[in-house]
Amino acid sequence: MSVIEARGLRKAFGTTVAVDGIDLRVDEGHILGLIGPNGAGKTTALNAILGLTPYQGELKVLGRNPWAEREQLMRDVCFIADVAVLPRWMRVSQALEYLAGVHPRFDRSKAEGFLAKTSIAHERKVRELSKGMVVQLHLALVMAIDAKLLILDEPTLGLDILFRKQFYDSLLNDYFDGSRTIIVTTHQVEEVQHVLTDLMFINYGRIVLNCSMEEFEARYAEVMVKPEQLVAARALKPIYERQVFGRSILLFDQADRQKLGALGEVRTPSIADLFVAVMGNHAGAAQGAAR
Amino acid sequence: MNTESNVLRESALDSERAAAVTAAQTHPFYWSVRREVWENRWIYVGQLAVAGVFLIGFLFNLTRWLDKMRSLSTTDPAKYWETVSLPYNIGAGALMGTLILMSIFYCSDALYGERRDRSILFWKSLPVSDLTTVLAKASIPFVILPAITFGFTIALHLVMLLLSSIVLPASGISFASVWKELGIFQMWGMLLYHILLAHVLWPFPVYCWLILVAGWARRAPLLWAALPVVVIGGLEKLIFHTSHFAEMVGTRLIGSGAPTDVTMGEMFPTGPMTHLTPIRYFSAPSLWIGLAVAAVFLAIAVRMRRYRDPV
Repeated sequence: MSVIEARGLRKAFGTTVAVDGIDLRVDEGHILGLIGPNGAGKTTALNAILGLTPYQGELKVLGRNPWAEREQLMRDVCFIADVAVLPRWMRVSQALEYLAGVHPRFDRSKAEGFLAKTSIAHERKVRELSKGMVVQLHLALVMAIDAKLLILDEPTLGLDILFRKQFYDSLLNDYFDGSRTIIVTTHQVEEVQHVLTDLMFINYGRIVLNCSMEEFEARYAEVMVKPEQLVAARALKPIYERQVFGRSILLFDQADRQKLGALGEVRTPSIADLFVAVMGNHAGAAQGAAR
Repeated sequence: MNTESNVLRESALDSERAAAVTAAQTHPFYWSVRREVWENRWIYVGQLAVAGVFLIGFLFNLTRWLDKMRSLSTTDPAKYWETVSLPYNIGAGALMGTLILMSIFYCSDALYGERRDRSILFWKSLPVSDLTTVLAKASIPFVILPAITFGFTIALHLVMLLLSSIVLPASGISFASVWKELGIFQMWGMLLYHILLAHVLWPFPVYCWLILVAGWARRAPLLWAALPVVVIGGLEKLIFHTSHFAEMVGTRLIGSGAPTDVTMGEMFPTGPMTHLTPIRYFSAPSLWIGLAVAAVFLAIAVRMRRYRDPV
C-alpha cells in the first residue's frame, strides 16, 4: 500500500521554484532518507506532504489531500520539524496531559515509559532542558503516538554524536515495526545509512536519485585503484573520482563487479560519497546546460 | 474461509470500535483553551497582582474613608451609597482596566507568538484544526478573562467586606447599615451585566481585529493593528474635520458608548439608581454589526493560521 503518492508536485515562492514537478511514491513499511543540499526543496516537499503549505499537482498522503484535510491526517501522521519547536513554556507533564487530551492515538503510559529511560523530570519546563533533552522529549512524545507515517526533518541538527546515535537507535528498536513508514532528512548522512531502506537525492526541486538500499548496494561500487591500473579503471567509466592519500578512489555505477575486482578491493560506497558524486555531476550538468 | 473472513471483519470492527472509543475521549477545544491558560499564566497572576496592590492602597486610605463615612448623613441615599461603595467600585474598575489591557496584549500576541517561537510547527503536528485553535484563542478575551476578572472582583470585595466588618465597628460605624446600603449582591449582578455587555460583546470586534493582524504580521502586530486606525482617523480628520472612526474604536475598546444603561449622573453603573437597558442594547444594530464584523475577522484569522509560516 502506498503511503504517499505525488504526481507533478510543484511549489513556487514567487519566481523561485522550490519543488519542480516531483513524482513520488512511498510504500508502507519503508524508511526513506531524503538527502539534498540546503535549499534543495526537501523541507518544502515535506511541508506539502504535511499539509503545512499549499501546492500544485496531485498529492495523496494515506489517501487524503493533506492541504484540505490536515486535521484528520494528523491522527495518522507525526512529524518532528526541526529541533526545538516544542513550546518553551510547557512543562513535560503538561505536554503529556495535552497530547492525551487532543490525540486519539497517543499512549501516555508509553511516553512515560520512554521518558523514564531519560533523565527528564516531569515537572521540568522545556526551556530548562538541554537541546538534546528537548529532542529526547519530542521523540518520546512522537513515538507514543500510534501513527502510520512519521516525518523527521533534520531531527538531530545541532546534537552531539551520543544523542544522535541514541535517537536513531530508539527509533529503530522502540518504534519501527515494519508496518510504519518513516521519512527522514538529515545532513548527517553516514549516521542514517544503516537505518534506511530507501534513498532519495533531491536537488533544485527535482529528484536526482531514487532507489532502495538493495539497489544502491547492487548498483554502486567503489574501488581504490593503484596508480598503474588507473588507465584501465578509467576505461570502465567511473562516475566520480577522488584522491585519498595519493591513491585514487573511483566510484562506479552498474559496472561489472568481476572487472572491478581485478582493479582492487571493491566496497559499497557511503551515501555521502555517492551524494558528492551525484550532486557534483548534477551541478556540472546543470552548469553545462546553462552554458 | 467464510469464518475466517468473519473473524477478520469482526476484529476490524473491534479495532474500529476501539478507535471510536479513544477518539471520543479527546476534547481538542477544551485542551486548546487549557493550554492557552497554561501558556499565559499572567492573565490571572496579573489580576491577582492588581487586586493585591489595590488592597494595599485600600488599607492605606482606610482612615480617610472612615472619616468621610463618619461625617456622612443618611439623608441623601444616593450620596451615601456613592461614598460607601466608592472603594468597591474603584477596585472593580481597576480590575476591569486590567481586563482591557490584558485582552489587547493577549490578542495581539495569540497567533503571533507561536509563529515567532516556531512552536506552531508542533501545534500543527497534532490533530487540532485551525478553527479550533483560533476559537480557543478568541475564547480568552470572550470568556476566560472576563470570568477571571469577575471572580477576582468578588474575591477582592469579600476581603474588603471582611476588613470593613472589623474596622467599621471599631470606629463607631454600624457595619450592618453599611452592608444594607451597599447592596453587594445587586452590585455584583450589575457588575456581571456590565462586564458582559460593555467589556465582552461590545469590544469583541476590536479584539478579533487584533487576533487577525497577529496572525498576519511578520513583526510588531500591535503597531500594524493600530495603523489603519491612525490612517483612517487621520484622513477623516483631514477631509471631514471629524473623528468618528477613532472615537468608535476607542469607545468600543474602553466599553463606553454601549447602550447598556442609563446612569443618573452617577460615576459607576453599579448603583441603585442605574437603570439597565438590555432591550435597547440588544436591539442596537451597532452591536450586531460589530459582532458580524468580529465573525468575519475570525474567519480570516483561521485562514491566516492555515497559510502563514513561522516568522
